[in-house]
Amino acid sequence: MLLEVRDLKVAYGAIEAVRGVSFSVDRQEIVTLIGANGAGKTSILRALSGLADIRGGSIEYAGQELRGARPHEIVRMGISHVPEGRLAFLNLSVHENLLLGAYIRKDKKGIEEDLDKVYGLFPRLRERARQISGTLSGGEQQMLVVGRALMSNCRLLLLDEPSMGLSPILVQEVFGTIVSVCRMGTPVLLVEQNAGMALSIADRGYVLETGRVLLEGESSALAGMEEIRAAYLGE
Amino acid sequence: MEHFIQLLIFGVQLGVIYALIAMGYTMVYGIIRLINFAHGDLVMIGAFTAYFVARIPGFGFIPVMVAAMIVPAVISVVIERLAYRPLRNRPRLSVLITAIGVSIFLENLPRMIPVIGPNYRPFPQLIAFREFRLYGSAVVNTIQITNIAASLILLTLLIGIVRFTKTGRAMRAVSFNKEAAALMGIDVNRVIALTFFVGAALAGAGGVLYSLTYPMIDVLMGVWLGTKAFVAAVLGGIGSIPGAVLGGLLMGIVEVFATAFNSELGYGAGFIILILVLLFRPEGLMGRPTIEKV
Repeated sequence: MLLEVRDLKVAYGAIEAVRGVSFSVDRQEIVTLIGANGAGKTSILRALSGLADIRGGSIEYAGQELRGARPHEIVRMGISHVPEGRLAFLNLSVHENLLLGAYIRKDKKGIEEDLDKVYGLFPRLRERARQISGTLSGGEQQMLVVGRALMSNCRLLLLDEPSMGLSPILVQEVFGTIVSVCRMGTPVLLVEQNAGMALSIADRGYVLETGRVLLEGESSALAGMEEIRAAYLGE
Repeated sequence: MEHFIQLLIFGVQLGVIYALIAMGYTMVYGIIRLINFAHGDLVMIGAFTAYFVARIPGFGFIPVMVAAMIVPAVISVVIERLAYRPLRNRPRLSVLITAIGVSIFLENLPRMIPVIGPNYRPFPQLIAFREFRLYGSAVVNTIQITNIAASLILLTLLIGIVRFTKTGRAMRAVSFNKEAAALMGIDVNRVIALTFFVGAALAGAGGVLYSLTYPMIDVLMGVWLGTKAFVAAVLGGIGSIPGAVLGGLLMGIVEVFATAFNSELGYGAGFIILILVLLFRPEGLMGRPTIEKV
């Protein structure tokens, strides 16, 4: 396993957001965490990135313990996190945003190649490379933060609600990108409220409720389950 | 016309110094939203460093300037580490009050040190004084040339670093959102410390250049000078680097012209402009209206 989380507990002050969650992500795999608002999905990703206060459990990544590491150190270990709310640097140009994605890298040639790759994936970004990213539309900003994460040459990609606020067409496009990222060899841990979409591209899924894992299994199996169809797929 | 040119030279000479000092206010504000009230006192520390270093035989303008930039810069990093960083995630008012405390401390500690003390001290003449005729009776002297040239070099260097280097990019990213910057692999604490370092180095340089022109220094020289530079930063739009340059120049020029008109008016002129700008353009001349992040 590339990532093995055991009995993770996360709290904000007195409020327990995650109450003992265990899951894993293997190489070449898309794993999704689904669940309603407040289930603890975002808190789990923030804990993995060193942004949230971990109260218990362990996070083993490529044989190393992540607990206690600072956010920038975790990025250097190869985990790239696209936070909720598409936090592009709106005061910087599109090009500069992408370069920041490669902040930890020193291989100039590789960076150039990956820039080309990202621009190939999102031609809209190439058109707007010199533009200040604050002038982009919401969908373009989402492409930008996904593209920026790809620039880090990461070994594990964490995505928090990439479909939020996007039109259905753009949702398709972003999810298509996620699949191709994984095909190129980078495993993805995907947090989504759009459970149907998430399960359709993921290999495995975990259903969270108030900080605990309620169900887990192959995505196709989960998508077929009666209670999930009722609670999360709106059927 | 000759009179106008002469005043303009005085104004620019003073304005570039305000710009150098304003830069520290605007950079620190830009990165952690703190009005660093202790910033003016770093100007004084720069001037006193120069005062002592200039006594070392063989130390001319440039080595003195380098020392006067490094000493306040290091002190500023220490202040950030000990006084501001522990309060980073506390209400902003706590840090603001701490900054005022640091300022009072920096103004009063040197008074107790025997070699500094509370009295005015004559600043050494680091630049050989010569005057050149420019246009009619308008003249420019070597000190003015030094002030303007040194300031422009430092300001250009700073703007170049912020705009075109990887470090500058990291600074702008941290200023926009610290968490998102950390997720890029940027060591946010290091970038903040670096910002304090650079801002204080420019303040120290400003202290030396100011003292070349008005060669009497004392421990409270940074209070008034810092206040005016702060006003210049707000005038230009606090957080905006080109704004600090514009605000500083405007402040210097207006002050000189107003003083020539009426010496009492000179002190207040910059503030009158500040009030007018804040009434009609609260974000300052080059500032951006605050964007609410969703």
